[in-house]
Amino acid sequence: MCGIVGLLMKDPEKYDLLGEYAAKMLEGMATRGCDSAGLAAYTDPAEGNGARKFSLFDPSGNLDWNELADGMREHAGCEVDASAKGNHAVIIPRGAADEAFRWMVENRPEAHVLSVGESVEVYKDAGHPFDIAERYGFSELSGSHVVAHTRMATESAVTWAHAHPFTVGEDFCLVHNGSLSNPHSLRRMLERHGMRFDTDNDTEAAARFLEWRLREGDTMEEAIRAGFRELDGFYTFLIGTKEHLALVRDPFACKPAVAAETEEYVAIASEFRSLAHLPGVSDADVFEPMPEEIYVWSKDSAVVAS
Amino acid sequence: MEQRFSGGGIVDFVDFDLEKQTVRELNQFLHKEFDGAAEVRIHNPDGAHHIACGMNVPAKIDIMGNAGYFVAGMNKHAEVTVHGSVGWSVAENIMSGTVRVNGYASECAGASGHGGLLVVEKDASSRCGISMKGNDIVVGGSVGHFSAFMAQAGRLVVCGDAGDGLGDSLYEAVIYVRGEIKGLGADAREEAMGEGDLTSLSELLGRAGFEYRPEEFKRIASARTLYHWNAEDGGSHEHGRGGTRRKQFVRP
Repeated sequence: MCGIVGLLMKDPEKYDLLGEYAAKMLEGMATRGCDSAGLAAYTDPAEGNGARKFSLFDPSGNLDWNELADGMREHAGCEVDASAKGNHAVIIPRGAADEAFRWMVENRPEAHVLSVGESVEVYKDAGHPFDIAERYGFSELSGSHVVAHTRMATESAVTWAHAHPFTVGEDFCLVHNGSLSNPHSLRRMLERHGMRFDTDNDTEAAARFLEWRLREGDTMEEAIRAGFRELDGFYTFLIGTKEHLALVRDPFACKPAVAAETEEYVAIASEFRSLAHLPGVSDADVFEPMPEEIYVWSKDSAVVAS
Repeated sequence: MEQRFSGGGIVDFVDFDLEKQTVRELNQFLHKEFDGAAEVRIHNPDGAHHIACGMNVPAKIDIMGNAGYFVAGMNKHAEVTVHGSVGWSVAENIMSGTVRVNGYASECAGASGHGGLLVVEKDASSRCGISMKGNDIVVGGSVGHFSAFMAQAGRLVVCGDAGDGLGDSLYEAVIYVRGEIKGLGADAREEAMGEGDLTSLSELLGRAGFEYRPEEFKRIASARTLYHWNAEDGGSHEHGRGGTRRKQFVRP
């Protein structure tokens, strides 16, 4: 069992409330998954020519993030913003992001990359969701949308690397409630297409499958439809991109999802209890997403496909 | 406990606030101390699971908001009303009494029930009435896919539309649908409405509080082609109802 949470704020004036709402929603899903948790927030885009945002993680907690930022400045000759929260940091090199990244990969291999993009920030760790939310200050995050997850592992190890969200490519992330029965064959197929995997987790196989389809030129909807054919198993997926929050359930819809939409936000969770404390939810349009339907909300709030 | 005049007599009210008390405290009170001689109102349910499960006394219970999974599960005798929507498996294994949901119900509403009545005023989701064994379910809106799968006895009434795979592998439960049916499951078929159907459906709709005419509904029941072993499929034994079903015995 796992819990999923998605939230998109429709009014940029309310972006400051994103973290507060999302943290409370995640708390509601702690009973569905208490061994690890994670959250991807789409926050202010990195500004500046060629700027890129990296979410980094050092499981040992020994890495000096300021020293790493200094190293990037020195060797890539670019400006670097760094903000650290314990064993996690968001690093934004401006101007020579690729070079700074290359230097880091070669010289600080203990820094694991959780996400790369213009606006996504990813935090994930093993432990109780309450502790993780507190550790990384989820309630203080500000931005347009969030995709988050609480995990109760059923098919692969409990480690920070197996926690969701899974990110592939830039500004793309996926969380999953359910289980796939063909992750290994998918993985072999994708490896033949040159993709490399970080873990043996089934959700990573799904994330990389979708990324592969998008890279091959599919639209998001086409990629998800390809998933209906190729992904065998149960899933409710929440997908985040720079502009969109998307939701999809497998054809049998064995895994739950409930959505609430108001003029202020669209909020999605595995169970209503995560939505119960949102302001205005009693007047919200609350609905259960249909199987095999694709729901996409864009930052400018309209449902763009379904 | 608070007392109020109601219909000429004094009625006692017991108020539970789930912001201050746990569901376990509520249910232990309902199981061990409560004799039914009062009306129970449950405030701030906020989607909590297992509210008022295992009721075993005739009592009126009102849940003042949205409830989570298994609300009023295994209900016996009690009359439970949810003033909101419910999560998975409302009134699962209901034995008797009435459970009414003013809003929407998620999956598996009224599953496996043996008796009593479940009313969902708006839509119910997929697998509504799966494996029902004698209870009645009336849904004011539509139901999702695989509703009444392997339903053995009882009635499922859908005032709106039904999703795909309706009544797959039905036994003797009967389904009435007023709207469109996306697709029938294996061995389910539409049959003519008889006099008995019209009378009993009229009575059931009345009890559930809906004013539709029974003539507006279609009757779906089992074609009973899965009841017996078919020699052509590789066996010579006959399996009666309740025995192993043919589909599961097909071997290469």
